Amino acid sequence: MSNATREPAEPDVVRISGLHFTWPGRHSFSLTIENFSVSRGERLMLIGPSGGGKSTFLSLLAGILTPQRGSIEILGTDITRLSGPARDRFRSEHFGIIFQMFNLLPYGSVIDNVLLPLHFSKSRRERVRRTGKPEVEARRLLEHLGLEPALISGTSAASLSVGQQQRVAAARALIGMPEVVIADEPTSALDRSRQTDFLKLLFANAEASGSTLIMVTHDESLSPHFSRVVRLDDIAQTMREAA
Amino acid sequence: MIIARLAFQSLRNRWLTATLTVLAIAFSVMLLLGVEKIRNGARDSFANTISGTELIVGARSGSLQLLLYSVFRIGNATNNITWQSYSDIASHPDVAWIVPISLGDSHRGFRVLGTTKDYYEHYRFRGGNRIEVASGKLGEDLFDTVIGADVAAQLGYKVGDKIVIGHGLGSVSFLEHEDKPFRVAGILAKTGTPVDRTVHVSLEAIEAIHVDWQSGAPVPGQTVSADQVRAMDLKPKAITAALVGLKSKLAIFRVQREINEYPDEPLSAILPGAALQELWGLVAIAETALAAVSAMVVATALLGMLTMILTALNERRREMAILRAAGARPVTILGLLAAEAGMLTAAGVATGTVLLYAALFILRPILDREYGLNLSIAPPTTSEGLTLAVIVLAGFIAGLVPAMLAYRRSLADGMTVRI
Repeated sequence: MSNATREPAEPDVVRISGLHFTWPGRHSFSLTIENFSVSRGERLMLIGPSGGGKSTFLSLLAGILTPQRGSIEILGTDITRLSGPARDRFRSEHFGIIFQMFNLLPYGSVIDNVLLPLHFSKSRRERVRRTGKPEVEARRLLEHLGLEPALISGTSAASLSVGQQQRVAAARALIGMPEVVIADEPTSALDRSRQTDFLKLLFANAEASGSTLIMVTHDESLSPHFSRVVRLDDIAQTMREAA
Repeated sequence: MIIARLAFQSLRNRWLTATLTVLAIAFSVMLLLGVEKIRNGARDSFANTISGTELIVGARSGSLQLLLYSVFRIGNATNNITWQSYSDIASHPDVAWIVPISLGDSHRGFRVLGTTKDYYEHYRFRGGNRIEVASGKLGEDLFDTVIGADVAAQLGYKVGDKIVIGHGLGSVSFLEHEDKPFRVAGILAKTGTPVDRTVHVSLEAIEAIHVDWQSGAPVPGQTVSADQVRAMDLKPKAITAALVGLKSKLAIFRVQREINEYPDEPLSAILPGAALQELWGLVAIAETALAAVSAMVVATALLGMLTMILTALNERRREMAILRAAGARPVTILGLLAAEAGMLTAAGVATGTVLLYAALFILRPILDREYGLNLSIAPPTTSEGLTLAVIVLAGFIAGLVPAMLAYRRSLADGMTVRI
């Protein structure tokens, strides 16, 4: 279980055990997860109230934060045992990340924003090259995610609407077919009909690239779209000390 | 390359503050280099004021004082040297030529210099240039005068004008030699040396206007008219200093020693170059202070840049989080910000250098004409290049401060995008 070697036939993309995390410096919030796993190809929805540790959980998963105790195995690699730079590389190779909002570098072009992860990840870069030029792949993804072609070239990211920006963010998360896509309330800034549209496109594209999708939200009404729905409270104990 | 492009685009997104920062650095660099250029130009101008003269002889005094009053018309002589001493030096076998100088009177703020025709023959400036007559001629009559270019320009004189010489050196003379007016016979071409600010007359003329004076004032009832004076023996009894040229440079120190040990009168012979060195030693303190001030200005500009980057840092936390999520290491973020500071400083240094050379190009003729300051338009020297490199390095290092801050924040923020 604690073996950090990678097994090719690993059915679980994520396997967490004995995890404990406290924000360094301020002991007001801690998160403990005894056991939790996600299988390959799952579309997992994680529900929790605002400020309930959802973002902390995703940061741990992506290796941006490291727990004080326990192991987080991603694709068979215990990322808690990796050095900082190795974790950064691991994240760029295997994760696509979509934030709640403000996903894009406002001054960069749409295409540059999508291509950004390829700069940091060799394997994703090579995967894209196999199908053609990176720009072409970025364009294809953007069109598949429903961004009008006129908006793709020549516009800076800042001139897009919130919904359009989220589509660009999704294309960035998916480019180079990373194994895991994690999304932090990506639809909360969209209205109801657009939320469904966005999720459908996101799922279709994640499926096409074989990515496992983990999304956190506080909006339970979206649950019918997911293959599994988990409440953060059910898998984790969170503790908040009175200030 | 996408990171470099994004770094550049990020800067372009903040173009106004970035441009102002670059300009602040550019101006400071311009000041720093400009001070250096002017310093060197001023030194050159001083050094170029007199050339070809091996020794300057005057009454015993400090060598700097002698140099300043005889060549730069600054300060006064402590004493005169007798005509006898002058003649003795002139007849020394090693002496090729000697030019007597008599100072002490002035015309409306400009010094009057009594000398001989040899002065125009032997005086050299800027590595061998001779004094040229721009209009008129050197003058033959006792009461002819030849004026420098600045004298003519500032007082509006032209050839043929009558001028009166004042006694003493104040810009307003209370005693004037008004009974013996001079005629402007010639106007000299601009030299960029104190010659431009000098009224030249003959040694005999100096003697003539003082013939009826005693102890610095006209003797009442003993006026000698200008015509009467022409008939008198006007051989000077004393002069202020003399410029000496030698037949061989090898004899310089021997002749200098002989003059310094002249038994009949306490004399000083100095080497103009050595006296100038003494002058540099004196002004070095002021130059250092000036350089220190310029360095402070550069430091201030770099601090301004630091402020600009730090101010933008808060707005850029999102940018950092996005880069981190895409897989950027904290080191990349560190490098990004340090590179930004380096880029801004390098742009500032480049702009400043270009601006300086543009300014030099435009101002050079004006400075040369108005102040005799000959600035050379040469590529930056090694030491200047080194200074510029140090500034860029300093900017880069200064950039590490916000970079470290962003680094630590990006570690602490994790994936949360704080706005």
